[in-house]
Amino acid sequence: MPTLIRRGLFFGLVGGLAGIHLGLVGMIDSFQERELLDMSVVLENGGVALGWLLPALAILLVGNRAAARRVADADEASTGLRLAAGALAGTLAGLLLAGLPLVSDAGLIGSMFVNARGKLAEILWLDLDPVMGSVMLVAVGALLGLAGATLVVLPRMAARAVIFAGLVVVLVALLEPFLSAILRNIGLDFVEDLIYARGALQLPAAVVLAALTALATYTWRSEGPARTRVAAVTGGKRAVMVRWVLLGLAMALLLILPGIVGRRLSDVLTQVGIFVLLGLGLNIVIGFAGLLDLGYVAFYAVGAYTVGVLTSPGSPAFAPQIPFWASLPFVIILAVTIGLMIGAPVLRLRGDYLAIVTLGFGEIARILVGSAWLQPYLGGAQGITAIPPAAPFSRDPESIYYPILAFCVIAALTAISLANSRVGRAWNAMREDEGAAEASGINTIKYKLLAFAIGAAFGCIAGAFFSAKIGTIFPGSFNLIISINTLALIILGGMGNIAGVIVGALVLVGLPELLREFEAYRLLIYGAVLVAMMLLRPEGLLPSRQRQAELHEGLEEEEGEGQDPGTSTTLRPREAGITP
Amino acid sequence: MTASPTATEQPADDAILRADKVTIRFGGLVANRDVDFAVPRGRIVSLIGPNGAGKTTFFNQLTGLLSPTSGAIAFEGESIVGLTPHEIVERGIGRTFQNIRLFGTMTVLANVMVGRHVRMNAPWWGSLLRLPAVRTEEAATRQRARELLDLVGLRRRVEEQWAKNLPYGDQRRLEIARALASDPKLLLLDEPTAGMNPLETAQMTRLIGQLRDELNLSILLIEHDMKVVMGVSEHITVLDHGEKIAYGTPEEVRSNPTVIEAYLGKGAASA
Repeated sequence: MPTLIRRGLFFGLVGGLAGIHLGLVGMIDSFQERELLDMSVVLENGGVALGWLLPALAILLVGNRAAARRVADADEASTGLRLAAGALAGTLAGLLLAGLPLVSDAGLIGSMFVNARGKLAEILWLDLDPVMGSVMLVAVGALLGLAGATLVVLPRMAARAVIFAGLVVVLVALLEPFLSAILRNIGLDFVEDLIYARGALQLPAAVVLAALTALATYTWRSEGPARTRVAAVTGGKRAVMVRWVLLGLAMALLLILPGIVGRRLSDVLTQVGIFVLLGLGLNIVIGFAGLLDLGYVAFYAVGAYTVGVLTSPGSPAFAPQIPFWASLPFVIILAVTIGLMIGAPVLRLRGDYLAIVTLGFGEIARILVGSAWLQPYLGGAQGITAIPPAAPFSRDPESIYYPILAFCVIAALTAISLANSRVGRAWNAMREDEGAAEASGINTIKYKLLAFAIGAAFGCIAGAFFSAKIGTIFPGSFNLIISINTLALIILGGMGNIAGVIVGALVLVGLPELLREFEAYRLLIYGAVLVAMMLLRPEGLLPSRQRQAELHEGLEEEEGEGQDPGTSTTLRPREAGITP
Repeated sequence: MTASPTATEQPADDAILRADKVTIRFGGLVANRDVDFAVPRGRIVSLIGPNGAGKTTFFNQLTGLLSPTSGAIAFEGESIVGLTPHEIVERGIGRTFQNIRLFGTMTVLANVMVGRHVRMNAPWWGSLLRLPAVRTEEAATRQRARELLDLVGLRRRVEEQWAKNLPYGDQRRLEIARALASDPKLLLLDEPTAGMNPLETAQMTRLIGQLRDELNLSILLIEHDMKVVMGVSEHITVLDHGEKIAYGTPEEVRSNPTVIEAYLGKGAASA
């Protein structure tokens, strides 16, 4: 049997099982309420709902994998065979999915999985009778598989254009609640009316969007050499100026953002901002100094509780009620002290051992603030209430957004200038080889403590703003998941890189807030995303050059596809025989 | 090759480094026993011995990774026992490693700049405020690092090339440049020619002599390959089973029966 056919069967099985899994956990029927694409112009009541999106993507993906480029043997890899393999995978996956309602209606799984009953059958069979529905489902599966395989067969640039077009359409449809609110806020009501209706993307708009994106992708990519030529002519000065202008525009946009996006999105932005602060702090400890700290939430808690005690009239024992901004210096001093206290005993631990001990410290922090022992001071399980906002900023997301943004900028600038200084070099050396760093004259104990202290300061400022924003804090707000989220966003974004931290926070904290439909499946998706990242791009979305090199050791011949041609050339190792 | 004025005795005068009756025990194992040792100022001396003789253990006591159980180690007349490795670097002892330990994904230049760390005074918050003094220091460090790289023969693409991508011999040179960046008075080289081919070995040997002459350094080499040290060192100390068994010029050591026995086994000397 040709390899490609075997691949088709295997990936069809995988796709079918993935679809069945999605159905059984309820991601198909509970998402069906949400209409993504309104096709009523061509088909009465026609449309694509969110429930369909994930199984469809799964089948597309397996179709694509079944026809993968990797099969190099010319005899076994004709275009026709590839397409056949994709279609085969899609058909098989469709068959398996179509069979799911039969089994569940027979009561086999229906009694175990509540989601497998009733509505799932209607959805999978497209509201038709079982026979017609199954046939339709298999046909759709085959088409999707074929489409996935087509992406392999197409020239790379065309495939890329198609993928981007698809992504943009899906995103625009998914983010409808926010995009439509933004469009109305900035007075583009007519655009909103054109694109959306009844909460779904209109088919003509989707087609136009896809065409535009594809065109843009195509021209942008083919422009590559021209761009470098332009850069060569205008020289470095112009590039620097362009960067400043872009930076200025970005800052201006950030400043007016809350007004544009409205309250709900501003709230998301402030949450992202708090996690950016946490991420930047933890990035100094882990990304720069290489100290795997899993108890970072402790500093977040210290910041939040210090503000609570110092500012709130509701603080149980000691309530000086000083203003938020006056409390901030105390917060930082206390956090740095505690950072040093935690840092000092674990100085001699490395790697996994350090991780375990700091994990313990994080849990100790949470248990302490909720303990009966400290209840007279910190309120135990009741927490601290009536924490005043950070005047002159109110609790409104549109207002508290600004100081959080300011501190994110300060933190980012701090991190950048530290990274490019003698200190950053020392951390870098220490992370690479502690013994060699010490033997090169670096006081590793001092620099470890410095990393802990600066990381602690960032973390506690994040906690302070959390406190002022929420107004009430409980021990439960400071559990392990904060540490894990912060670490995950650093890893996702690209460890050791400031822009990576920001992107990581947007994706990991921002996106889930936007996609409320996925709320119940948040951790499931989280896990899937992290596993996928570790397999496909372990260095993160926006890695530092250095980290990329570390993680791709030995894969140096591999072509950097999917990367900007401008950056990928710098990543390729060169032989430089410097023999005098 | 210059013969020492006091060929078989330790030079008493003007030693930059002096170890007296250094003994170190790990449980029941005595890794160094009563080792007396000195590096005369401005000389290249070697410490040799078969594998497992206790050379690296002795070396690690000089660089602060280990502390002797008893005995004294003085650098420039002051005891350095109990100092941490970075404090010893600050006093003026630089070292390289037998198994090259560069900062692999830092650039060649950055590796040397790390070595300059102890001679920089900018406080950690200096770069946050963008103090002019910090910038000046940074630029001076960069300049100095380039000079040192030039000295050891690394000139090309030092700002973009990663240390780990250098050819093996160049990695050894880079390690030396990094050690030199701390302005050492005494340079300790742990098997600097290990794994090198004869041509590279010859180049390295020449470089070591050149460093001593141009930078006015005192150099201590550790080797287990006797042939390497013969051409470059002025005195040789031989360790075996943790004890000093011989001291002298290369010629004396080469013909010393105890040394031959230690290297080749009993009976080899008389044969």
